[in-house]
Amino acid sequence: MAKRIDVSGLSAYYGGFRAIDDISMNIEPRTVTAFIGPSGCGKSTFLRTLNRMHEVTPGGRVEGKVLLDDENLYGPGVDPVSVRRTVGMVFQRPNPFPTMSVYDNVAAGLKLNGVKKKSDLDTIVEKSLRGANLWNEVKDRLNKPGSGLSGGQQQRLCIARAIAVEPQVLLMDEPCSALDPISTLAIEDLIGELKERFTIVIVTHNMQQAARVSDRTAFFNLSAVGQPGKLIEIDDTERIFSNPSVQATEDYISGRFG
Amino acid sequence: MAITTQNPTPPTAAKHAGANVTRPGDKIFSGLSRGSGILLLVVMASIAIFLTIRAINAISKDHGNFLTTFEWNANANPPVFGIAVLAYGTIVSSIIAMAIAVPIAVGIALFISHYAPRRLASPLSYIVDLLAAVPSIIYGLWGALFLVPHLTGLNMWLDEYLGWTVVFEKEDPQGAARSIFTVGILLAIMILPIITNVSREVFRQVPRMHEEAALALGATRWETIRMSVLPFARSGIISASMLGLGRALGETMAVATVLSAAPILSVHVLDPVGGTFSQNIVAKFGEANEFGRDALIASGLVLFVITLLVNGAARAIIAKRKEYSGANA
Amino acid sequence: MSHAVADKRSAPAVPQRALAQRRLPKWAPAGMAAGAIALAVGIGIGAGLDSKLQWGLIAVLLFVLGTYTIATAVEGRRQAKDRVATSVVWASFILAALPLYSLIQTTVSKGVKILDGAFLSHSMNGVLTIGEGGGVYHAIIGTLEQVGIATAIAAPIGMLTAVYLVEYGKGRLALAVTFFVDVMTGIPSIVAGLFILSTWNLLLGFGPSGFAGAMALAILMMPVVVRSTEEMLKLVPNELREASLALGVPKWRTIVKVVIPTAIGGITTGVMLAVARIAGESAPIALLVFGNNLINNDPFNGPQASLPFYIFQQYQNGNDASYDRAWAAALVLIAFVMILNLMARGIARWKAPKTGR
Repeated sequence: MAKRIDVSGLSAYYGGFRAIDDISMNIEPRTVTAFIGPSGCGKSTFLRTLNRMHEVTPGGRVEGKVLLDDENLYGPGVDPVSVRRTVGMVFQRPNPFPTMSVYDNVAAGLKLNGVKKKSDLDTIVEKSLRGANLWNEVKDRLNKPGSGLSGGQQQRLCIARAIAVEPQVLLMDEPCSALDPISTLAIEDLIGELKERFTIVIVTHNMQQAARVSDRTAFFNLSAVGQPGKLIEIDDTERIFSNPSVQATEDYISGRFG
Repeated sequence: MAITTQNPTPPTAAKHAGANVTRPGDKIFSGLSRGSGILLLVVMASIAIFLTIRAINAISKDHGNFLTTFEWNANANPPVFGIAVLAYGTIVSSIIAMAIAVPIAVGIALFISHYAPRRLASPLSYIVDLLAAVPSIIYGLWGALFLVPHLTGLNMWLDEYLGWTVVFEKEDPQGAARSIFTVGILLAIMILPIITNVSREVFRQVPRMHEEAALALGATRWETIRMSVLPFARSGIISASMLGLGRALGETMAVATVLSAAPILSVHVLDPVGGTFSQNIVAKFGEANEFGRDALIASGLVLFVITLLVNGAARAIIAKRKEYSGANA
Repeated sequence: MSHAVADKRSAPAVPQRALAQRRLPKWAPAGMAAGAIALAVGIGIGAGLDSKLQWGLIAVLLFVLGTYTIATAVEGRRQAKDRVATSVVWASFILAALPLYSLIQTTVSKGVKILDGAFLSHSMNGVLTIGEGGGVYHAIIGTLEQVGIATAIAAPIGMLTAVYLVEYGKGRLALAVTFFVDVMTGIPSIVAGLFILSTWNLLLGFGPSGFAGAMALAILMMPVVVRSTEEMLKLVPNELREASLALGVPKWRTIVKVVIPTAIGGITTGVMLAVARIAGESAPIALLVFGNNLINNDPFNGPQASLPFYIFQQYQNGNDASYDRAWAAALVLIAFVMILNLMARGIARWKAPKTGR
C-alpha cells in the first residue's frame, strides 16, 4: 500500500515570496519522517506541497518535482483532488466537521469516493476508528457531533477520517501542538502503529517527539527572516540527535540556537 | 437614579474606587445614555400601543370582515374593508421575491468569497454595498418604466407555455406586466444586495481549517463548499434571507409604482390585480378621511406584526449561531 | 495491532483513484460559454423570440447542461458537478449584475437629459405637470431639512444608546434594548410613518410638515446608528479604558475623551451611512409631509417637498416631461446617496482605529 516519495528541486512561493528553496529528499515507505526546525523555516509549507495543499493558499505556487512511486504529483494531467485523496493529511488543530456526527466525519471521505453501501461504511468506519485507537471511547456516541469530543479525541477522529480512505501517505502538521501531554502520548503511540500501513511525514516543534516517533529526521533552517527556508540535512533520527553532520543542526538540537 | 456599578467592560480597581465616589458628571452621563436606551424602548412600545388603539377603533366599526373582506372602502358609510387581498399579495410577492433572490444571492456571495479572482473580490463586495444603498423609489421608477415593458415578452411566453399551471395564466397576455409577479421580480432585485452582503460575511467567517479538512480528503471545490461551507453557514443564510424577507414585506414605493392594484384575489400571478399592505396605505391615504386613516393604520399594524415576527426569528437564529460559533472558536 | 490487520483483510476495499485524470482543457469553460451563446442566438433567431432576456436564459441553460454532459463524459460525475457548480455560481453573478447594471445605466442616461443648473435651482412653481421645465430645488431643500432634523434627533440618541450598551449596559434592560434595536432595524418605513401619523397628527392634531416626516425618519435611523456605533465602540481596546481609569480619570470623561475619540471615524461613517439610507425614504413622506410644488423653507409649517417623494409624484403624473424630471431627480438622489456612501467609507479608511487590523 504505502508508497515512497522522491522530491527533487522543489521550491514553493507565496505570491512573489519564495518560502522554501530547492529541496530534494527521499522518503521510504512505511517509515516515519519528522521535519524539525525553527518557526518560519518552511517545514509546514514543504509538507503541504506533498499533497498539493500549498496551492490552495492564495498566491501559493510550486516549482519542482514530487514523485510518488515514480509518478510526479505536479505532472501534466494530474488532478490535485486525486493527489489529496491519495496523500492524507492531519492538521495542527483538530478540525472535525462541526456539523457532522462522529460517524459522518469518518464516513465523509468514503462517501466522496463512492462507498455507498451502509454495511461497507459501517465496517470501514469501525475499522478506521479502531485504527485510530478511538473506537472504545466513541462506539456509544457515533451519532453525537464530533465537536463534542475532547481535543485529543478530536485529533484521533481526524486521523480516523484521514485513514478511512486508505491513503498511501499520511502527512501530519504538528498534530499534537494543541493537545495536552496525555493526548499527545496517545497520538504518538498511534503513529507507531500506523507506520506499519502508511508512509508518515510529521512536522513537529517538539524535538523529543521527533526523537520518540520518527525513523528519519529532516532539519530545516533559514538564514534570516524574509529568506527562503532550506533543508539543512536529513538522516536517521538517531544520527541527527547524536551526531549530526552539520553544525547548525547540532546547535538547534542542543538549544544553542539564536 | 442609581449609577450602574456592575459595569462589565473595564475590570479594574479604578472602577471600584470610582463606584464609591459618585461624581455628578458620571451620574449625568450614565443617566443620559441609559435614558436614551429607555427612550428607544418607549418608542418601540408606543408604536405598538398607538397603532393598536387606532386599529381597534377602526376594526370595531368595520362592516366587513377585517380578515376576509376583499375590498377597501373605509371611507364609505358604512365602512367595509378587509386585508385578504393585501395579505395575499404581500405574501405571494414576497415568496416570489425570495424564491428568486435567495439562490442567486447565495450564488453571488459564493462567487465573491470562493470563486471570483481575488483581485475582483473586494471591488465586487464594495459594489454590492453601494447597491444596497440605492433608494427604493429608484428601483420603483426603473421597475415601472424599464422592467415592466421588458417583461411583456416573458409574460406572454409564460402564459403560452406554462399557462396550463393556472398560476401563469394571464387574461390579457399582451397587457402591461403590472402584476404581483413583476412586483416579486422587482423585490427580488431589491433584496439581492442585502442577502448577498450578509451571506458573504457568513461565508467569510467559515474557518479555513474546515475547508482544508475537506480539501485534504480529496474533495472538489464544490464538495468542499457542500461539506464545510454551507453547513457552517446555513443558519447565517437563513437569517440573511429573513432580513431580506422583512424588507420585501414592508417595501412600499417600489410596489406602488409597479403594481396596478385592484381588489381581486387571484391565483393568476401575471394578472394586473391585487395589492400589498404598504402599497394600499400609500394609494388610499390621499383620499382617506379620519376614519379611513385609522383603517389604514389597522392594516399597517398587521404588517408591523408580521415583520416583527420575521425579524425576531432572524435575530433569534443569529443569536443562536453566535453561541454555537463561540463554542467552536 | 494484530486484530487491526485482520480487520483490514475482511474490510471492503475503498476505491482507489489514479493520480492522473482525464481533464478538459483550460479553455473549455470559455469555449462552452461561446458555443452556448452562439447556439442560443441561433435558436432565438430561428424561433423568432424577440426578448433578449429569453436569449440570455437559453444561453445560460445550454451552458450549464452542456458543461454537465461534456464534463461527465470526459472527467466523471464528481468533476462534472464541480464544474456545474462553478458555472451556476458564475451565471448567478451575471444574472444579477444585468438588472443592477441596467438600473444604474438607465438612471444615468435618462437622468442627464434635463439635468442642468436650472433644474437644480428651480422649483415646480407655475410649471404645468404636462409641461417641460421646473426643477428640484424645493425638493432638495426639503430633503436636506428633513434629513438634517432626523439626524439631529437620531444621532445623539443612537450614539448615547450605544454608549449605554457597551459601557454601562448590563442585565435585563440592556438585553431588552439590544433585542429591540435589532427588531427596530426591520420596521417597514411605512409603519414608522403610520406611528407618527397616529400620534403627532391624529392624536395631537398637528398638520403635515417636514418635521413630522423627520421624526419618522429618525425612528428609522436610530437603530442603524446604535448598531454601527456599538460595533465601533467594541473595537476600542479595553487597555485604553483601563489606562485612563487607572490615571484617576472619571468614567464619563474616559468615555468622552478617550473612547469616543478613538472610535469617532467609525461612528461618523455609521451615521453617514444611516443618513444615506433615510435620504432615500419616501413612504413616510407621503403620509406626513405630503409634498409641495413650491419652496417651503420652514420644516415646521405646512407641506414640504422631498427628493424621493418628488420622484414618485413626477412618475404618477404619467407624461414624458414628468418622467424626464423623475429620472433627473433620481440621478440627483442617487448621486447624493452615493457621495455620502463614498465619503463615509473614505472616512472609515482614513480614521480607522489603529487596533492592528
